[in-house]
Amino acid sequence: MRFDSLLGSVGRTPLVGLPRLSPSTDVRLWAKLEDRNPTGSVKDRIAVRMIEAAERDGRLSKGRTILEPTSGNTGISLAMVARLRSYRLVCVLPENTSDERRQLLRMWGAEIVPSPAAGGSNEAVRVAKQLAAENPDWVMLYQYGNAENTQAHYATTGPEILEDLPTITHFVAGLGTTGTLMGVGRYLREKAPGVAIVAAEPRYGELVYGLRNLDEGFVPELYDESVLTTRFSVGPREAVRRTRELLETEGIFAGISTGAVLHAALAVARKAVDAGDRADIAFVVADGGWKYVSTGAYEGTLDDAVDRLDGQLWA
Amino acid sequence: MSIEVRIPTIMRQYTGGEKAVDGAGDTIAAVIDDLESRHPGLRERLVDNGGLRRFVNVYLNDEDVRFLDGLKTPVADGDSVTVLPAVAGGSAR
Repeated sequence: MRFDSLLGSVGRTPLVGLPRLSPSTDVRLWAKLEDRNPTGSVKDRIAVRMIEAAERDGRLSKGRTILEPTSGNTGISLAMVARLRSYRLVCVLPENTSDERRQLLRMWGAEIVPSPAAGGSNEAVRVAKQLAAENPDWVMLYQYGNAENTQAHYATTGPEILEDLPTITHFVAGLGTTGTLMGVGRYLREKAPGVAIVAAEPRYGELVYGLRNLDEGFVPELYDESVLTTRFSVGPREAVRRTRELLETEGIFAGISTGAVLHAALAVARKAVDAGDRADIAFVVADGGWKYVSTGAYEGTLDDAVDRLDGQLWA
Repeated sequence: MSIEVRIPTIMRQYTGGEKAVDGAGDTIAAVIDDLESRHPGLRERLVDNGGLRRFVNVYLNDEDVRFLDGLKTPVADGDSVTVLPAVAGGSAR
């Protein structure tokens, strides 16, 4: 495959079968390897699309500064595109993210504004909105509310999956900005009637959520509950256990959020087996494990790994 | 028949500080009623007008009961129920 530049090589990632983790030949699991994108995550798809759309509609032009709240991958993807297009990038990043993510952002030239650990990504969003108000000439692409995030997946990820797996019955992905699930979900619902759209939301320790009141939940503007068939909440223990299982049984070295997604995929697989249904379950491997090695998730006992992740934004 | 129910910090004032309590019943609603008999005040924080409160999520074996059958979702011995404040937070990249 030949491309004019790195940006052209985003997407068209492999969909690989998981013969050892699949419960039977009738209920099969398939992994969409988004770590094969240029900066190693699914977020390259939305970074290119959000920046190109902002250039087209005139919000973004030479010399401008891009601002984005991110727990890592989106910032890294934006930093790569910003470097190629000569934009300055300021990322608001929660303090409790892995060191690799901060190093990678700096390598690609991003400036980092830390946000307090308590509150996680919600707090990063709050700080970024405040910075945007103080710096009206900065351009916040705002992945949580930018329709191009959803559209990137509607236009590319969804069609790629359906082309490779026309018999798909379930699509499973992580729930963060909700862009992947909304975009792929809408596409598949139109083209593959009866498909189930399954969300896996990472469940963090309470420190990450901060001392909040029950009435303060932050819901990304992109989220439309009607696209989902069901939704799982997966804690660090199951996420780490499944991440290791994927490595040990199928040789796929994925980030920890993928473990949470696999946990949900295996739950729907088990339900299909119990019901005697055929199933082709595709799930997203959002990134590889490289950026999480320092968290200690891949070695030692599960208890120790989970303890080390306490208070960390692992997805 | 025993169902483990995990309680978030902000509701542990009703459970004497316990992180997890055991409940009984064949639906989520029945388990909540059973818990209320030993931990008065808890139901009020979970249920409103016969449905789940808006900013509370309840998970059965990690699956959101709003996408199953809500408070009427059947539960079985050995199932695990988790109560959480509703936030999308943290999971964004």
